[in-house]
Amino acid sequence: MSKPTFVYVTYIATTIEQLWDAITSDSFTQQYLGQEQLQSDWQAGSPVEQVNSEGELERKGEVLRSHPPHELCYTFQFFDHTQPSRVRFLLEPSEYQVKLTVIHDQLEVQSYLSNSDRWAMCLSNLKRFLELELMTLWVA
Amino acid sequence: MDVVFKALSDPSRRQLLDLLYTHNGQTLGELCEHLAMTRQAVSKHLAVLEAANLIVTLWQGREKLHYLNPAPIQEIYDRWLSKYDRQQLDTLSQLKRNLETKSPGD
Repeated sequence: MSKPTFVYVTYIATTIEQLWDAITSDSFTQQYLGQEQLQSDWQAGSPVEQVNSEGELERKGEVLRSHPPHELCYTFQFFDHTQPSRVRFLLEPSEYQVKLTVIHDQLEVQSYLSNSDRWAMCLSNLKRFLELELMTLWVA
Repeated sequence: MDVVFKALSDPSRRQLLDLLYTHNGQTLGELCEHLAMTRQAVSKHLAVLEAANLIVTLWQGREKLHYLNPAPIQEIYDRWLSKYDRQQLDTLSQLKRNLETKSPGD
């Protein structure tokens, strides 16, 4: 196993189910990949299809592990990479928040910095979005 | 957020983050090589950083690897900087970097 290149831990005030739905949603994967979306039924062994804005299949990854709503691990490929990367999401509930750990490995070194920047932005948006949603629920 | 600023208020701890920023995923031993501190002191600083969620540790076989966790710093950015245009901030900070890396004789 290669040494992970990127690890991100954040605590999000939401439920574990909502967080699972969010990380497997089209909008989250699109925000991360820019032009493409990841589409899958998120079952172990299923393909992860990278679809462009026209709906065409660009590349394919695979779901390696799936234990909803606790763990999801899959491969996918950045547009400028020759090798697929692997990402693992771990979701652990605590009293009021969910701890989200993202471990990314098998990245190509050149793109590593731009990737970590992208992950950080994308995950912090996810946190804001889920916490805002929770606030709206409380208000309603 | 208090715990993050407290952790960042120490120069040795900032240096540890610098080391992980340049080379992420190091062991305690590797980190000690670059620092004029005892292993025990480094280990204490790492514990403070980990409690503030500024670093995350992962076990890889028998090695405990330390990673810089960008989340708390991103939250600081979101709180005070995100309303500014990122591109403009980047351009200005690039300008500063370019000018400051030039030696006075240039």
